[in-house]
Amino acid sequence: MDPILKVSNLHSGYDGVPVVFGISLEIMPGELVAIVGANGAGKTTTMKTISGLIHPLSGNISFLGQDVSNLSAHEILKLGISYVPEGRRIFGKLSVRQNMYLGAYTEKSQTEVSRRMDELFEIFPVLRKRAKQVAETLSGGEQQMLAIARGLISKPKLLMLDEMSLGLMPSMVEKMMETVKAVNEAGATVLLVEQMVQEALEIADRGYVIQNGKIILSGQADELLNSEQVRKAYLGM
Amino acid sequence: METFIQVLIDGMLSGMVYALVAAGLCLIWGVMDVINFAHGEYLMVAMYVSYWLGFLANVDPVVSTVAAGAFIFMIGALTYKLIIRFTIGKPGLVALLATFGLAIFLKNLCMNQFSPNFRIMSDTWLSGKTLHVGGLIIALPQLTAAVLALIVVGLLYLLVNSTKFGWAIQATAMDREAAELVGINTERIYILVFGIGGACVGVAGGIMPSYLAVHPEVGSMFGLIAFICVAMGGFGSIPGAFISGLLVGVVEALAGFYIAPVFKYVAVFGLYLAVIFLRPKGIFGW
Repeated sequence: MDPILKVSNLHSGYDGVPVVFGISLEIMPGELVAIVGANGAGKTTTMKTISGLIHPLSGNISFLGQDVSNLSAHEILKLGISYVPEGRRIFGKLSVRQNMYLGAYTEKSQTEVSRRMDELFEIFPVLRKRAKQVAETLSGGEQQMLAIARGLISKPKLLMLDEMSLGLMPSMVEKMMETVKAVNEAGATVLLVEQMVQEALEIADRGYVIQNGKIILSGQADELLNSEQVRKAYLGM
Repeated sequence: METFIQVLIDGMLSGMVYALVAAGLCLIWGVMDVINFAHGEYLMVAMYVSYWLGFLANVDPVVSTVAAGAFIFMIGALTYKLIIRFTIGKPGLVALLATFGLAIFLKNLCMNQFSPNFRIMSDTWLSGKTLHVGGLIIALPQLTAAVLALIVVGLLYLLVNSTKFGWAIQATAMDREAAELVGINTERIYILVFGIGGACVGVAGGIMPSYLAVHPEVGSMFGLIAFICVAMGGFGSIPGAFISGLLVGVVEALAGFYIAPVFKYVAVFGLYLAVIFLRPKGIFGW
């Protein structure tokens, strides 16, 4: 089987200042992969580069066999990569429903959008209750659900979630992780970026550990959880 | 009392046109954070479009206003493509000075091509026609412009608030990156927003020659008043720009009639200062 996403020797950064130094990773269809690492390791930069918000300084990103390194973000979404950015970034002055409609901006069929919205309201019942409410009035957890729902409504082939646990209370983090697992089991390929190393590796199939812009470790998630290096550096054990 | 109502109505009619000019500026400002200093000059160019269509092809301003709107739509889109695009992400002063330069260019281009002379359109469909309601006299050219302005502002409001495209405009205004991530081509939104903002002022300028002389300086005051309306209404708020447009029109008319014509702008700018002192974010600002 060919990987759905293949990143080779990616160098990326901001205004020519590199942050990511030669990252390579592969994601197979249907997998749930976690990228973990400390703050400032280059996780979000990697995500932003894959999603097209910034472009690689060098290296290559291919999605379903197509080179997407220099496409802009809206083109990459159309190909099937949906990126739920760090900090939720919902459209605060618009209603929950409007946010969802915009998530499906590229889908022309109105009935299809409504069908998908109903589906997502089944997964996130609280969003149905809040449908008409202005998004910025939602609680942090609800906003995160909205961000994920907005990312899912375009029916992406690859869903990338960035630091979705940030600012959520522990019980909510657990619930989010369960939701991600469920979404993955329903067929979506998921790339998860987390500072919460343990929680992320517990639900993931495979993982990559990033430090200072480089991958220092990769493998099956349970192996990583049990590895001396991860336990010492990230789990405080 | 009757005189008061008459002045009030005159003020509201010109106020609605101000509102339309302001709405175009407001849209560009609200979505892109760009202050288009050439907005008044767009109006002036639109007036020339309408004037020359009338002079050369005998088209009435009521019809040419559509052509003027379309023409300024293109000018707006081109302004974005050729100038504004390069100022995005740079300090706000860059776009401001660039559009200021465009304003000077347009003004002097028209001065050079068409001379500074005042040009008046006579024999239009509406010229000199009035409507008598009770004791009130309503000038038909102004009434037509006001009704047209009302319709266009209403359509703009519906477009921004009730269509998926409008939500995409709002989303782009709130968070451009997040908008890109849901698949919105924000570059295209920017082009269209600049075009639509231009079209608004283009429609206003297209109808105006039926009651106002055309000359290269005519846009300056309208541009300034549009800024006031946008700032007073709250940046980015179309209803705010509309209300302030009406308010400016009425205050201008009342001051011009009851104090002295030379004081009308003193009253308008005084009102602006008062609003900004008391409520810096504007009437509808958030």
